[in-house]
Amino acid sequence: MREINVGPASAFADPGRKLIESEGLEVGIFKLGGEFFAYENVCPHIGGPACQGKIIAKVEEDVAEDRTSQGFVFSKTKINVVCPWHGFEFDIRTGRHHGNPRYRLKPIKVRVEDGQVIVSLPDEKKPQNTTVQPTPDGNASRPVF
Amino acid sequence: MLERAPTPGFRELDEITTKTDTRDILSHATKQAESYEDYFLVDIDAHVTETQFWPEIIGRVDNEVIRQMGEAQFMRPGQGTTALLNAVPGMTYQPLHGRIPHQAGLLEPVEGKGCHHFTELARRSMDSMGIDYQIVFPTPMLLLGMHPQEDIEVALSKAYNRWATECILPEDPRLKGLAYLPFNTPEACCDEVKRYADDPNIIGFTVTSTRNRPIHHNRYMRLYSMIEESGKPLAWHSGFNWGDPSFAQLNRFISMHSLSFVHYSLIHMTNWIINGLPERFPKIKLLWVESGCAWIPFLMQRLDHEYMMRSCEAPALKRLPSEYMRDMYYTTQPLERSNLKILQCTLEAFKAETQLLFASDWPHWDFDPPSSITTLPFLSDVAKRNILGLNAARLFNLEVKHMKPRAKDVLAARPGLS
Ligand code: FES
Repeated sequence: MREINVGPASAFADPGRKLIESEGLEVGIFKLGGEFFAYENVCPHIGGPACQGKIIAKVEEDVAEDRTSQGFVFSKTKINVVCPWHGFEFDIRTGRHHGNPRYRLKPIKVRVEDGQVIVSLPDEKKPQNTTVQPTPDGNASRPVF
Repeated sequence: MLERAPTPGFRELDEITTKTDTRDILSHATKQAESYEDYFLVDIDAHVTETQFWPEIIGRVDNEVIRQMGEAQFMRPGQGTTALLNAVPGMTYQPLHGRIPHQAGLLEPVEGKGCHHFTELARRSMDSMGIDYQIVFPTPMLLLGMHPQEDIEVALSKAYNRWATECILPEDPRLKGLAYLPFNTPEACCDEVKRYADDPNIIGFTVTSTRNRPIHHNRYMRLYSMIEESGKPLAWHSGFNWGDPSFAQLNRFISMHSLSFVHYSLIHMTNWIINGLPERFPKIKLLWVESGCAWIPFLMQRLDHEYMMRSCEAPALKRLPSEYMRDMYYTTQPLERSNLKILQCTLEAFKAETQLLFASDWPHWDFDPPSSITTLPFLSDVAKRNILGLNAARLFNLEVKHMKPRAKDVLAARPGLS
């Protein structure tokens, strides 16, 4: 593993992110509720730059006790990043699509040490594979380094 | 001991916004393109947001009164880009409420390229996806078939065809167009077919499917004869229409959009077949654009089933409806890939290997990159090459010639990293 210091944790907005490219590998590093999460910048749909899209709260349907719909509301707790190619939304905390959690962003190790944000990237310097192979049930197999 | 300064050797990337360069938005497609670089690739359906250049088009309206009506709207803030158009509900919902930065009017800087703004945008998308030829369709004009004023459809479609053939298509041999036919006025369609039958940059004709005109009506027979005689294909480009009474009960854009494109393709195909038009125009080449593929085997089975019982109502047919459908051409996008087994059966049902043509629909929100085809495990290499370009070359009589730059060079020039 090679470790990369991407800068001080205090430089991140919350929610916020930094996007980096190193040796052809693109990674999104997110800060949410004081915690850090990082993912490979490849969408499991068809390879788009999922981490480079809009950060926005998950939309929920407000269903009352009598089961009537009270309309749309933004979640107070769940924040998504939206792939800018076609709009797949991924929970920043889990990297997963809410409706089909088998679609997930590939996690990258991230930690904060002495106030610095450190990501661990694979040693092997291969160009990032953005080609996503579909599996029989349509669930993408994650690209490999 | 941890270094306090950020590690050198990495670059920061930006969020993708409405102002991001196409080559950065599509850089992952460019990386994918490295794996199919030797393929000849034709994109049958990409779009211009013509309202971005609307003054240039309104300025080409030949009727002076209609031209003045359009130009008058440019003086009012916010109205110019919709001048004379029939906007329908939902048109502005397409970029997913700010979540998708491409779709309408790409706002990236385009300066000093010595060509039209759109030509440069189109080149960036072709280069990024590894495309040799791209066929360009309009966007808001896809709904003109529902315009209550037929003379406006005629005026705008003629002006658009002039604009495309004067300003865009001559600038790049990789760009081709289909002449928009103002189908609600058949005589005007015939004029356009005559005008463009020999234009090398206009490689076919298109009717936007979002309309309520029965396409089998006798008033269209002269038009179909002329198109058949021209040898150029006729493309039915589908679209959505939330204003259709049957869709008024759908409360979400996703619901209406899922059904609406297919709805118009189902209706027009049914009318074409059941009224025996394949027998009357055996040489016309029909292409069905932008309804995905799942509707095709559905309709084949449905029509065959009913035809066997009620052939007296379709007496002009000499074969099963599905057999006529198998002779037609279809475009891929938006390709339903959620179950590969079903997709495989779907493609086999209409001989996709020879009848299917790749379409990206770029820059629209549900576009497909070429990897939507290259990664399908059940297609042979021959089938992939046919679908991605060779079927289009055959149908549109395009020279099979590699025109695209190498993916590696496109990536090297990617603005976000250079
Ligand atoms: S590639 Fe990410 S949503 Fe399609």
